[in-house]
Amino acid sequence: MRKTDRFLWLIGALAVATLLTFLHAGLGAREALPRLGAGAGLVRDLGLTDLALFTEARYTRHLSQADLHTAFQDHPLAFEHFPSGSLHAPPPHLRLPHADLAATTEVPD
Amino acid sequence: MPTWLQRQKYLIDFTLSSLLRRRAKNAGLLLVYTLIVFVLASVMLFTHALRHEAVHVLAQAPEIVLQRMVAGRHDLVPATYLDRIGEVRGVHKKSGRLWGYFYDPAVKANYTLLVPPTDAPAGGEAVIGAGIARARGLAVGDFVTWRGSDGQPRSLRVARLLDSDSELVSSDLVLVSEDFFRGFFGIPAGQYTDLALSVRNPREVRKVAEKLALLLPDTRPILREEILRTYDAVFAWRQGIVYVLLIGAVLAFVVFAWDKASGLSAEERREIGILKAVGWETGDVIRMKFWEGAIVSLTAFLLGYVTAYAHVFFADAALFEPVLKGWAVLYPHFQLTPTIDGLQLATLFFFTVFPYTVATIVPIWRAAITDPDTVMR
Repeated sequence: MRKTDRFLWLIGALAVATLLTFLHAGLGAREALPRLGAGAGLVRDLGLTDLALFTEARYTRHLSQADLHTAFQDHPLAFEHFPSGSLHAPPPHLRLPHADLAATTEVPD
Repeated sequence: MPTWLQRQKYLIDFTLSSLLRRRAKNAGLLLVYTLIVFVLASVMLFTHALRHEAVHVLAQAPEIVLQRMVAGRHDLVPATYLDRIGEVRGVHKKSGRLWGYFYDPAVKANYTLLVPPTDAPAGGEAVIGAGIARARGLAVGDFVTWRGSDGQPRSLRVARLLDSDSELVSSDLVLVSEDFFRGFFGIPAGQYTDLALSVRNPREVRKVAEKLALLLPDTRPILREEILRTYDAVFAWRQGIVYVLLIGAVLAFVVFAWDKASGLSAEERREIGILKAVGWETGDVIRMKFWEGAIVSLTAFLLGYVTAYAHVFFADAALFEPVLKGWAVLYPHFQLTPTIDGLQLATLFFFTVFPYTVATIVPIWRAAITDPDTVMR
C-alpha cells in the first residue's frame, strides 16, 4: 500500500470518528431527555431558580438570587474563601465602561 | 483516476516521505499540536455541555422572583404584597416561597431548606437530596436532628430521597413542611422568603417587572431570562479563565509552530533547489508544501478533537473537572449530555488548521521563485 493510501485511510478513520461523535451526541441527547425532564419537572414543581453546583456559601448557592452588590458577605472585611466567588464573573454593569447618564435620567439629581 | 487527483496523490506521497525523513521533529510537532487542540476542544465541549444542561433545566424556573430589599439586604416579604401584586395586570399566578439555608456543622456544608408549594412532607418528615444522603449516610426511615434558631433540637424522619436524575438542581435540598420551616427558622406566619410570579403573556414579562418595581419600590424583580443569563455568564467566565491559564502554552506553541512552518532550514532550502533543478514548477513546490501543512494540521485537529470528545463524555473530563465544575461538600453527581456546538467547532478548526497551513506556504513561495542555483548555494 502506498504511503498516500495509508494516510488517506488514517484521515478517513479520524473523519468517521468525528462524524460518530455527532451521531453519539444526537443519540445521547435523545437518551438524556427523561433525565433532563426530571430535573426540569422538579424545577417547575418546586419553583427552583439555581443549580446546586456551588453549595459552599449561601451567596454562591443561588447565584441568580444573590446580593451581588453587597461586599464582604460573611463578616466585615472577609476575603473570599471559596473558589466559586473568585471564579464567578463580576456583574455585567461593572465590566462596561461608565456611560454618561446625565442627559438620560428622568429624575434630576 | 483523473490526472489532477493522481498528481495530488504523488505529491502527498512525496510530502509524507519528506516528513518521515525528519521523523522525530515532525512527530514532536504533531504531538504538541494535537495536545493543544485536545485541551482547547475539551474545555469547549465541557463548557457547552454544562451550559446546555443548565439552560434546559432552568427553562422551567419561575418567570419572575420578587425579593424585598431592606437597607441593601434581602428581607422577608409580607403576605400583603401578594394582594398588592393582584392589582398588576398580566400576572397570572403568584405565590410566596419559603426557603433558606442551614449550615450543618456535622458535614460542614450548607443545605437549602425549602417548603414545596404542593405535596409538602408531613410535619416531622423530610424529603432530602441525594447529595445530603451521601454526605450524612442517610437512608429512608433514618432520623436527623438539627438545632433550630431558638436553640432547640428538632428531629426529622427521612420520608423519601429525591430522584438522583435531578441531582444537578436537588443535591442539597431538604423539603420540609411549612410548620416545621417556620418553627425551625422562627419565621412568623404571613411572611415569605420571596415571591414567585408567572405572567400570562411571555412578551409582557419585562413590562410587568417594571410595574412591580414602581408599585413595590422596596422590591427587586429577578426575571427567568436573567437567571439563564447568570449561568451562561458563569460558564463562559470559567471557560475564559481556563483559556487565560492556557494562553502561555498556546502562545509557546504558536511561536514554535510559526518558526517551524515559516522558517526554512538549509536542508529544506536545498531540497527545493534540487526539485526546481530537476524540473519541478514553482506551483508544484507550493502544492507540496501546502500538503505538508495540511497533513500535519488536519491530523492534529481530528486526533485532538476526537480524543477531547472521549475525554469529556467518556472519562467525565477528569483533567478540568475541578476548575470548570467547581467543588463543594455536597457536590451533585451528574452525567453530562453530549452536545456539540457546530459553530464553536468550526471556529476551532479555522484557528488551528488554517494559520499553520498558510504559514507553511508563504516562505516556500519566496524560496520557490528564486533561482535554483542561488537556493542550492
